[in-house]
Parts: sequence; C-alpha cells; structure tokens
Amino acid sequence: MRLGHGPMTPVPHRVVGRREETKDVMTLSVAPLADRPMVFRPGQFNMLTAFGVGEVAISVSSAPGEAGPLRHCLRDVGPVTHALCRARVGDLIGVRGPFGTDWGIGDLDRSGGGDIVVVAGGIGLAPLRGAVEQLVREGTGRIFLIIGAREPAQVIFADDLRAWAEAGAEVAVTVDVAPAGWGGHVGVVTSLLGGSRFDPARADAMVCGPEIMMRLTARALIDRGVDPARIRVSLERNMQCGVGWCGHCQLGPLLLCRDGPILPYAGAVAHLLTERER
Amino acid sequence: MTRASIAELVSAHPLLTGLPDDAVVQVAECASNVGFDPGALLLVEGGPADTLYLLRRGRVAIELHSPGHGSKVIETVGPGGIVGLSWLFPPFRWQFDARATEKVVAIAIDAPCLRAKAQADDALGRALAERVAAMLLDRLQTTRIRVLNLYDEDGAATREAPR
Repeated sequence: MRLGHGPMTPVPHRVVGRREETKDVMTLSVAPLADRPMVFRPGQFNMLTAFGVGEVAISVSSAPGEAGPLRHCLRDVGPVTHALCRARVGDLIGVRGPFGTDWGIGDLDRSGGGDIVVVAGGIGLAPLRGAVEQLVREGTGRIFLIIGAREPAQVIFADDLRAWAEAGAEVAVTVDVAPAGWGGHVGVVTSLLGGSRFDPARADAMVCGPEIMMRLTARALIDRGVDPARIRVSLERNMQCGVGWCGHCQLGPLLLCRDGPILPYAGAVAHLLTERER
Repeated sequence: MTRASIAELVSAHPLLTGLPDDAVVQVAECASNVGFDPGALLLVEGGPADTLYLLRRGRVAIELHSPGHGSKVIETVGPGGIVGLSWLFPPFRWQFDARATEKVVAIAIDAPCLRAKAQADDALGRALAERVAAMLLDRLQTTRIRVLNLYDEDGAATREAPR
C-alpha cells in the first residue's frame, strides 16, 4: 500500500492505452498521475473505479518489473466493466490495491528444474499473464501453457502466446468451437493434459478459469501424478473492500479478497469447489 | 514392417497397453502401419466402418461436412487417441469424416478381421469392448463439459455481476 493513501482510497490513474483483445474483452493500460508505479505480485488484483458508476475487482495482468504502464484485462459484463471498457485514452479511473494473494512465483523451487504447468480457460489467462511473463523472463525450467477458449477469436493475449512460444514455452491452445480453417486442437483443456510432456512428479501447476474447469483440470493433473499441494487455483466471489473487512467475498472459512484469490487446491479448496449450498 | 514390430506398436498404444501377449498377437494380425499427409481423409461419413485407427503421431480432426457451408470440426484427436469408433457396433458405418490436420502416423486395424477374432475369443472381445468403452466414456464426458459452454461465465479477471 502506498503512503498517503488508505486501502479504501482510489488513486487516480490515467488511461494511457487500450487494446481490444476480443469483442468483449479489453486490456486497459493505466499510469498513476502522481504516485510511483505500483508494487505488486502476479495474481493479485486491484479495485478499479469508473467514477460515478462503481468499483470492480480486476486482476493485474502486468508482470512485476515489466516496462510500461499497469495493465488490467477485463470483460464487459456489468455496468462498471462496461464503463471501464469504454474508457478512452486520457480518461481518469481510480485504482486501489494491490490486494490478495499471488501465484507464489518466488516460493517455487526452480533450482531442480521442475516444470510449470499453466492451464487457463477463457479470460482466466488474465490473472496468469504476469506470472507467465515473469517465469519466461527468468528462463528457469520448462513451462507448459495450455489455453482453452470457446473459439479462436476469444483467445486473449495472442501476441504474448507467440512470444512465449518463441522464448521456449510449450504453448497449446484448444477451442470448443472451430471455424473453417482452424488447424489447431478442438476439445476441452483437460484433453491436452494427457499428451503434455511435463514431469508430474516435479511439476507445479497454476490454473485459472471457470470453477468447473478448474476443478476438472485439478483432478486431471492429480490423475497424472501432480501433487495436489503444488496445484494453485484462482477463486473469485464478490470482492468489494479488498481487505477482508466487509465479508462480501466469503467462501466457507475464507475471505477471498484477503485469503485469496490464489489458493492451493489441496485441502479446503478442493472441498469448497464441490460443496453444495444448503 | 514385421508382424513382431507391429505387435510392439500395438501393445504400446494406450488403448491396448497391458493386453496379454496372445491378445496383442491377435490384434497385430489385423494391423498395419499407415501414414497420412495433412488434409488426407482417414474416414468419410457414410462409408463402411472397416478400420480402427490407433494414432501414434499427428492430429486428426473429426468433422461433419455441410454442402455450401464447409466442414465443422467437432473435436480433434491426438497421439494415443483412436479414430473410427463406429467399427465396433452395427451398422458399422462412419458417422463423421476424419481428416489429418498434420502428418499422421497410425496403426490401421482391419475391423472385420478384429471383429471376427473378438467373436471367436470371448476374452479378447471383452477386453477390447472394455477398453473402447473407457475411451467412449472419456469422449462423452468431455463432450458434456463442452456443451456447458463454460467460458461464457465470468472469468476470474472480472468479478462483477452481469448487467
């Protein structure tokens, strides 16, 4: 948290870039008016304010130390994200954060050359982008990236995927629906896990996407021999305060804005992902 | 390629891994090693289901063609997968096209030959049926998941109720 601001005070940022990833997904690049650039870890999120409309939790898509402004990738699904997606270069938005837990890149033991398996579904690649960018930049160990999307036109960060593949990451994309001329995979992301050449005994996995997809992916990873304690997932609920005060994002014993969004799959999370409402 | 080396390839494929040696020999007697260039059709909708392909390398798209609208890809199958599920059940007719999307190497199994051996040897027939059923179950389950259209849900990067 920056000095001079409480955690509930949005810091004015100017929109300095916008990139249409898909027809309803936008990456906004923002820079603080006066403050120093934000210090964050991949997987953390910010609360973005569309002034006069409201506030919404959006993951940081930049990597720590990455040149350029702070990036957030968001889908136009509600009034706040709609206003943010329509923000033009030069407009002001509010940013407060960063909040929550991260993918734990610094905690990974890469000295033994263990593999990293990243599985992202749809816009779930957004919270993972910074982590992958950092891992590719550090260049230790093998990275296996498995991306699922409804259709090829909904694959986000296409330029990054190409760059990561050129840098040595093994990138596989699969879609549910393929247009004519698509020469890639068609099927669910779990169908690519069986043929991926990672070493499950030495793999750490990061999974983000719809909860059912994360659940099935975690199970498929475990079936291949990955240690459940080495699988991390990203959980979301209604994040509002960002600091565990308001309780809107409670999921069982967790306040996801504070205890999450990034959590190990083993233990409580595996249970919570299948717990039915009573 | 010798029958022995075909048998090695057969026993190495996930569909048949762990099959008893005598069963592998029986399957190998119906098998040959084949290759397809990108774009080549392995199966054509409506044709007799006379071959089961065990994919060793490359990827195959299962398609349905609509005149004037081109071919729709239903799913792709990669190394370790099988193409030609209709070989096991009447009316033994392909329901879809299957096209190599890249250079493909596969074991082609003569389906009438294998069906005859499975009928003559109950243990072989049961083993094959169980293994094909497991792959069918996997196909069914993944198809069910795709029907859910999960990616239209809010992603983790957008935590806001829909408008």
